[in-house]
Amino acid sequence: MGPNFSRESVVNAVLAVLLLAAPLTAAALDEPFYVALASRVAILALAGVGLNLALGTGGMVSFGHAAFFGLGGYVAGIAALHAFEGSAFLVWPVAIGGSESMPVVWLAALVASGVVALAIGAVSLRTSGVYFIMITLAFAQMIYYFAVSLPTYGGEDGLSIYLRSTLPLIDSGDPLSFFLVCYALLLLALFLTQRLVDSRFGAALQCARMNPERLATLGIAPYPVKLTAFTLSAMATGLAGALFAELNGFVSPAMLSWQRSGEIIVFVILGGVGRLFGPLAGAALFILLEAFVGGWTDRWQLVLGLVLLAVVLFARGGVIGLLAGKARHD
Amino acid sequence: MIDTGSEPLLKLEGLHKAFGALKATDGVDLTVLPGEIHALIGPNGAGKSTLIAEIAGGLAPDAGRVALLGQDVTGWPVARRARLGLGRSFQVSSLAMEFSVLRNVMLAVQARETGARGFWSPVRRDERLRSEALGVLDRVRLVSRAGDPVSALSHGERRLLEVALALALRPRVLLLDEPMAGLGPEGTRELTAFLATLKREAGMLLVEHDMDAVFALADRISVLVYGRIIASGTAAEIRASAAVRDAYLGDRPC
Repeated sequence: MGPNFSRESVVNAVLAVLLLAAPLTAAALDEPFYVALASRVAILALAGVGLNLALGTGGMVSFGHAAFFGLGGYVAGIAALHAFEGSAFLVWPVAIGGSESMPVVWLAALVASGVVALAIGAVSLRTSGVYFIMITLAFAQMIYYFAVSLPTYGGEDGLSIYLRSTLPLIDSGDPLSFFLVCYALLLLALFLTQRLVDSRFGAALQCARMNPERLATLGIAPYPVKLTAFTLSAMATGLAGALFAELNGFVSPAMLSWQRSGEIIVFVILGGVGRLFGPLAGAALFILLEAFVGGWTDRWQLVLGLVLLAVVLFARGGVIGLLAGKARHD
Repeated sequence: MIDTGSEPLLKLEGLHKAFGALKATDGVDLTVLPGEIHALIGPNGAGKSTLIAEIAGGLAPDAGRVALLGQDVTGWPVARRARLGLGRSFQVSSLAMEFSVLRNVMLAVQARETGARGFWSPVRRDERLRSEALGVLDRVRLVSRAGDPVSALSHGERRLLEVALALALRPRVLLLDEPMAGLGPEGTRELTAFLATLKREAGMLLVEHDMDAVFALADRISVLVYGRIIASGTAAEIRASAAVRDAYLGDRPC
């Protein structure tokens, strides 16, 4: 607090600068591959920032966040398809067509993942612990198989996005510009998360994680607090999904798979559960391992497994904990 | 001091709760009047904790009625009863362990004021919230530990923080589940004196094993055995009661 910056905020600032500097350098050296890689990191970090609010701050171990990630992806894919064909997604009771406008796609992704999360959360949060993990997984699997059985939108093969949606004034087709958009959204999400966690709502949410019975005894019912956090968490992950589909020009049921849910959890754990910049550190480490160890051997996930094992056994605070020390509790 | 003419703050009517064949609460009627400390004593396994849970809202009775400040709250969840004016301390300390002592109390003050609402302003920089919380800590003499994490507190200090959290809610009724447990003689004396001064603010239902504290504080004492209240009266009446001696000494079936 105050003008003396904590070690963690210095680490966070360095991470933010590195993520910005890397693609700028790559663009200057004309290496578009690394620009796209940085976009991947920013987008997956955003997905992790979403999950971290539920898992880290609220103690809700969701094993179904790929549902929201994929949902966001499908919103982007479906909007692009209908805009491309000039057809309608819905004719009645309201006419909804496709869209080539990126802000419209974002809004739709936020609304869709928010509404679905509200429904999934309303049921899942009646349980806790391992049952919560399983029920969120079950819901995500239902949505996965629903997407597989949807021939209109590519079924198992997925859906290509031929034209990336557009932004006013910014050329979203340019890799560096697209990265900067993703980066700005990531920073915005981090800022909003910080405000939320430090607010009155955040205090109640943290108490709901530590001791829900105590929270209720103080007169705050834990259930609506957790449901609100779960929904906001899913919305951030859903927005990340829309960006991810636009980045790849493709969305398929793989974005909804339980492996993807696991990956998002891995970002959070690698980076440091409940640490603001943890998901960024985790996603960056994950993508770097995938790109560089993966370029050297196909069995890069063996290395990932060892790193994850080391974090769980020796560095519970993850990368952020290693660099910035234990989390401050006051 | 006790206002016998007015509506009781807390009123239990014909409360029943069974776990299988075990009758944990067996037709309990009980009141807490304004300005009163009503002590509930009884041997281990008498059903005191079950009764506390039924009053607090964590456990639904099979039959009967719980009224708080004249309102029937039998079907209400824990949080809603707390908002109406029921403060509670737990037998085994139940706190937000990773928060500091001060933030625990700040959360309690916040809960009374706005609940979980407030998504933008940093709560730690809320000076008014902070100063009210410090005021509550001052009353239980924990100000010097305000910045420490709860996990660093001694057992006795955690008991005091429990009381502070209940006080921060400005309750009309306090449900104190063995607040003296593990406090030591000095701490017990201090807390006894403090609770005596609290009577004007809130009526209390005090579950306590420390008989010195009970006889010093209680305006009325009820004795719970096997889920039934076998005697109820002033300290002197309870001391003289044969039924109570039997229940505690167990030398005669009753």
